[in-house]
Amino acid sequence: MNLTLKIWRQKSANDKGKIVDYPVSGISPDMSFLEMLDVLNQELIEKGQDPVVFDHDCREGICGSCSLYINGRAHGPQTKITACQLHMRSFSDGETIYIEPWRAEAFPVIKDLMTDRTAFDRIQQAGGFISVNTSGNTQDANAIPIEKHNADMAFDAATCIGCGACVASCKNSSAMLFVSAKVSQFALLPQGQVEATDRVLNMVKQMDDEGFGNCTNTGACEVECPKGISLENIARMNREYLSASLKG
Amino acid sequence: MSILDSKIPEGPLKDKWTKHKNDINLVNPANKRLIDVIVVGTGLAGGSAAATLAELGYNVKAFCFQDSPRRAHSIAAQGGINAAKNYQGDGDSTYRLFYDTVKGGDYRSREANVYRLAEVSTNIIDQCVAQGVPFAREYGGLLDNRSFGGVLVSRTFYAKGQTGQQLLLGAYAAMNRQIGRGKIKMYTRHEMLDVVIVDGKARGIIARNLITGEIERHSAHAVVLGTGGYGNAFYLSTYAMGSNVTAAWKAHKRGAFFANPCYTQIHPTCIPVSGDHQSKLTLMSESLRNDGRIWVPKHKKDVEAIRNGTLKPKDLVEEDRDYYLERRYPAFGNLVPRDVASRAAKERCDAGYGVNKTGEAVYLDFAAAIERYGKEQAYVKGLNVEDKALVTKLGKKVVENKYGNLFQMYEKIVDQNPYETPMMIYPAVHYTMGGLWVDYNLMTTVPGLYAIGEANFSDHGANRLGASALMQGLADGYFVLPYTIGDYLAHDIRTGEIPTDSKEFDEAEEKVRADINKLINNEGSKSVDHFHKRLGKIMWNKCGMARNEKELKEAITEIAALREEFYKDVFVPGTENEYNEELAKAGRVADFLELGELFAKDALTREESAGGHFREEYQTEGGEALRRPEFRFTSAWEYKGKPSDAVLHKEELTYENIEVKERSYK
Repeated sequence: MNLTLKIWRQKSANDKGKIVDYPVSGISPDMSFLEMLDVLNQELIEKGQDPVVFDHDCREGICGSCSLYINGRAHGPQTKITACQLHMRSFSDGETIYIEPWRAEAFPVIKDLMTDRTAFDRIQQAGGFISVNTSGNTQDANAIPIEKHNADMAFDAATCIGCGACVASCKNSSAMLFVSAKVSQFALLPQGQVEATDRVLNMVKQMDDEGFGNCTNTGACEVECPKGISLENIARMNREYLSASLKG
Repeated sequence: MSILDSKIPEGPLKDKWTKHKNDINLVNPANKRLIDVIVVGTGLAGGSAAATLAELGYNVKAFCFQDSPRRAHSIAAQGGINAAKNYQGDGDSTYRLFYDTVKGGDYRSREANVYRLAEVSTNIIDQCVAQGVPFAREYGGLLDNRSFGGVLVSRTFYAKGQTGQQLLLGAYAAMNRQIGRGKIKMYTRHEMLDVVIVDGKARGIIARNLITGEIERHSAHAVVLGTGGYGNAFYLSTYAMGSNVTAAWKAHKRGAFFANPCYTQIHPTCIPVSGDHQSKLTLMSESLRNDGRIWVPKHKKDVEAIRNGTLKPKDLVEEDRDYYLERRYPAFGNLVPRDVASRAAKERCDAGYGVNKTGEAVYLDFAAAIERYGKEQAYVKGLNVEDKALVTKLGKKVVENKYGNLFQMYEKIVDQNPYETPMMIYPAVHYTMGGLWVDYNLMTTVPGLYAIGEANFSDHGANRLGASALMQGLADGYFVLPYTIGDYLAHDIRTGEIPTDSKEFDEAEEKVRADINKLINNEGSKSVDHFHKRLGKIMWNKCGMARNEKELKEAITEIAALREEFYKDVFVPGTENEYNEELAKAGRVADFLELGELFAKDALTREESAGGHFREEYQTEGGEALRRPEFRFTSAWEYKGKPSDAVLHKEELTYENIEVKERSYK
């Protein structure tokens, strides 16, 4: 396959940045999208030019590092996969492909396609945990039976990989899907009840402080989420937040 | 006499850990506030250790090269975590988990360490559930289990195919709680490039800020490495792109012995290599072998027909298929341990029965499971069990519930539907049992320098059983290291903060800068990947699933020559004062080029077959691994300037609680 890539290049956080065109050829449809970028980077290195910087690590869709906005969609044209799981067979020969970083005030660009997503970590630090000591001196794991339906829903919420596609896809750059996934996981489990009030209030406050926008229920986040995290989580977090506010 | 002291406590096996905990020194809570600990790596081992040490009151500085601790490669572990809970009432016990692990490791691990691992395994599950880790549950609300290779009980706890993710997010949450309290200072996008030794003790590290390129000095009273394994020496593996040996290797160069580097796990069920462009291999969880049957055609003519597309695998009749694992190992069948399954796949493919174009793939078939589950469902629902279409439909639903995400992953990568046609799989490098030598306290041969999780060598012997890596990482980090490190730190309560302006820090920083300058100013012509791929080819072809004296000797010469060429001809673009992935990669590959040679040397000197280390010269008539009693020791290598000069130290292994037998799964 021969392709024309239009890639966002930005030297540093303070640089203005621009789209640069790169033709690539000899691409196999069996390559992953990131392997196609590897091919481009090897060519750039051979020419003595700076390779394109992008975050990536596990390359199997679970670490949440990769974060490419491809042809106007987070993680590209397919649904329920990350950019590293996207294969070139999803594109046609001769196509022009736009590749940009996540765009959100709370995710400043570090270089080229790499952004700073530590705001997500700070939200988790505000309350995304259960305050149990790691001594192992807890009660037996089977002491509290948990209804399978709730356990499964908690698991589904917990599969969020923290990539930020939800924020990148949202016209308001809202992080509600990300935050609500964590709040929901614990709201659905008995272990999470003890700190439920503080958790939701603290996490939402941190989310607002980081500069993420509000949710206007357009649902773009759910569509683009590579793990299919459901919008129901946002509804659940809103209920949690409301009842916590009334208590607090 | 060996200079290695494993510090295994006296007394009966089952009392050793309890007795040891009672005997060792403690640090009082007020003094813990005066003590700093550096933890490098934030996977299951490093993350859980950092959280627990901070909770105990130590000042923790944690480092990871990723942009968040949550992205460490433990996240990608799929299948599950073992624990001797015996919730299924199928005869499991601490002893049985211990026994299975020692046998699975081909009698090349330390009894006392493995027993302790089995003992604390049950705490891990309790702990994780208390943290809100959403393990799979049955309809009654209690925890569900499944079975893994090399065992006859169901002791594996799981969260669909994302167990590693859920456990890591648990440890990450525990870390976040401490980061929020200011007890952990987190340094993301930082890479450790050296350990600093002051008066013979590990007292800090030199790290590079990957964003700015700045070289930083960090001091502490002890340094803990939870930096994972070194499988990326093979270039293609199931590891993450960034996984590397650098931290462990720098520690080795500063005096930490490196144990059993040649013990590598090659996982039997991975998606086969499709072409030269490939950057990584993807695992298909071992849990699939609970239901999938592995086969190749019996006759070469069918192999030909399948390869050229005139025959579809599902149209080949039963009697023309060779379910070679069931044939060779009737007792364990498709659930033999990984080393055995991998070698058996290689044996069939080498004999010319590989089912894809490259000849390196076998089938993992779910048709029988779909039919079995479908009939069961039809029966339960009172429907016609003879209705084939209905049975298939119901069966597919059950399989989807169990393995849906894995099937989806396979389909995305290979572009074939595994519900309709068998998966193609082939072994790939997955884990390294070898690592830094540690004593019972998990301390390396450098005082104050600890290694935990995959970075150490201690618990898996020559082969690791499925679902045991997560168990070991969390056991080390949550329940072992936090105790044993206190014994050492108790001597440091009056030391005070370690200064970073000493000559030792000067020297270490200068060395790091010199190494970086050398790479960045090298006016070579070839990329880092060029050398990494060539190293990978040597490793895979000559130090892979089967090894022999001639090829290992060739590998040693070739790797040494490649290393020389690398320093002459590698080209690293950009500068050192910016984000420069090529520069980071160059440093990692430089270390792989040294480790690779030691790996081959270790494999050459181990003149026996054990677990993942298979020497063609040492096999039984039936082609199984042939252990030799004179090699019942751990090889711990001391750095002496070059891999070829490394000196071997032996730790003899004694088995008092387990009978050393032929390891049979027939």
